[in-house]
Amino acid sequence: MMDFNTIGQKTFNLSTKGVKKVNTYKIKIDHDRINRRIKLNNISKVVFSLSTVFALIVLAILLYRIGVQSYGWLNFKFLTKNLSIFPEKAGIYGAIIGTVGLMLIVIPVTLVLGVATAIYLEEYATRGKMQAFIKINISNLASVPSVIFGLLGLTVFSRMLNLGSSILAGGLTMSLLVLPIVVVSSQEAIKAVPNFLREASYAMGANKWTTVRKVVLPVAIPGILTGSILALSRAIGETAPLVVLGIPTLILRIPKTIMDDFTALPIQIYYWTLDTVLTAEYANLAAATIVVLLLVLFIMNSFAIVIRNKFQKRF
Amino acid sequence: MKDNISVRETIQNNIKNKKNITDKIMPAFFLLMASISVLTTFGIVLTLITDAYRFFIAVPFSEIFSTKLAPLNANPSFGILPLINGTLISTLIAMLVAGPVGLAAAIYLSQFASERVRRTLKPIMEVLAGIPTIVYGFFAYSFVTPLLMKIIPDLGAKNVLSPGIVMGIMIIPLVASLSEDAMNAVPEIMREGALGLGSTRLEVALKVVIPSAISGILASFVLAISRAVGETMIVTIASGSSKNFTFDITQSMQTMTGYIVEFTSGDAATGTTGYYSLYAVGLLLFLFTMVMNLIAQYISHKYREEY
Repeated sequence: MMDFNTIGQKTFNLSTKGVKKVNTYKIKIDHDRINRRIKLNNISKVVFSLSTVFALIVLAILLYRIGVQSYGWLNFKFLTKNLSIFPEKAGIYGAIIGTVGLMLIVIPVTLVLGVATAIYLEEYATRGKMQAFIKINISNLASVPSVIFGLLGLTVFSRMLNLGSSILAGGLTMSLLVLPIVVVSSQEAIKAVPNFLREASYAMGANKWTTVRKVVLPVAIPGILTGSILALSRAIGETAPLVVLGIPTLILRIPKTIMDDFTALPIQIYYWTLDTVLTAEYANLAAATIVVLLLVLFIMNSFAIVIRNKFQKRF
Repeated sequence: MKDNISVRETIQNNIKNKKNITDKIMPAFFLLMASISVLTTFGIVLTLITDAYRFFIAVPFSEIFSTKLAPLNANPSFGILPLINGTLISTLIAMLVAGPVGLAAAIYLSQFASERVRRTLKPIMEVLAGIPTIVYGFFAYSFVTPLLMKIIPDLGAKNVLSPGIVMGIMIIPLVASLSEDAMNAVPEIMREGALGLGSTRLEVALKVVIPSAISGILASFVLAISRAVGETMIVTIASGSSKNFTFDITQSMQTMTGYIVEFTSGDAATGTTGYYSLYAVGLLLFLFTMVMNLIAQYISHKYREEY
């Protein structure tokens, strides 16, 4: 037997019983090398785990800093008062109304367009060039930088359709931006509906549309909702397209219709951050607005997770 | 009550009545809705090309490929090189952060971490990916830049280093999760085979898992680059709008996305060359990200090893 504790070179025999010729192997065991390999493994494990934790530490610092900076600024008055050039008097009521207005456009537009596109791709389209083309197109659209969507919105909605920098123009631009997310997640949800449900429906004499409406969609709706909420939270936090549309810096009027100019939470954060050079307190206002924005996103994502866990059926 | 219902008759009636109508109208309606997404792409390409074309006929190519960018001067000059330079440098810094850290995180999550650790860490990573970029921009400007100033005294209040780093942090989850998916797709048999031969986990990761998953890992890097190039708010806030052609990362630089944001916020009037230059920059940005995504798709399809 070999002695594992001895460091250095060792020779030992490996013999097989019943075989006349005994094979002899010389095996060199370099204990130094083995120890080195194990040590390297342990060190790298620590390094790798630290780099995973690094991201989390940054997240913690970010949340802590924003919490500290917004402390004392985030109160009921801040939520219910309108913008002002004086930091002490400023509130984000108008920005909240603007964001809500955006959502009122983004939700119906993306739901109708996204779900209909997904139904077409999964239920109606034949596996041909058209389907492949639309699929490639959607995956490419998902990777176009958001600022490009801003340019599209500026040209088509603001200038050509003459919507200016209204809530409608912003909402439509945002809808196109998040449409791919809704399409892809709805596709996944519809794909997950087992085929025997459709077949059972056809066997009962239902036609395609009835099957889609009464069998496929009800089963797929939790998945569709989860994806739509995630898409919506992307739309709430997105800034670049709205800035490109040319939302004015300071809007003191609360928007009343979807044709009015508006400001939204991320835009307010942007302008306040830019203006910290002039007034230092604007940084606190920006931080307080970020807290509101992150809270809204957190609540929405929690909803998405609850829906996914509670209503999603597994077949 | 009817005594005898003929099944055949009922089916015939059903076919005559409504089956044909909805089954003809609905596919057409859905196709119409699906074509909106195609229309969006065409809309983007069309708007970018038509307005960029007006820029290209107004400005000579020798001026476009110069390092002088001064669109608001009395005698404006539209050299795009400072913007490309700013974009590439900020992307490079971001990738120097996100590449190693993201890959290390992916190796840790797929090779070393226990199932319980994985299940806690992954959702937190996803939270990091879900934070709006404007928040990262604020973080870069109000926290990272002052912090870096303590280390590098002559760092400008607006510089390309700080947004580069923060952008890197932002895309760590992207690199980590895509690379981890690629590594998890490597069959368990290969991993166990290597472990059984006496390899350490590190050796399994470096010599078995990464070579097998290299296509997915590369694709994740390419997507990360494309993401960093298209990122707007972080660089706009923290990198400023200096249009100098410089390689000094402690100075302010403008990226292509930053240029678009600066100019649409009211500086350029419709119909001027400056206004059309937005679309030229936008076209370049669009082409760049599209090519990167096609490369990523190509890599992951072409070099995917089937087991």
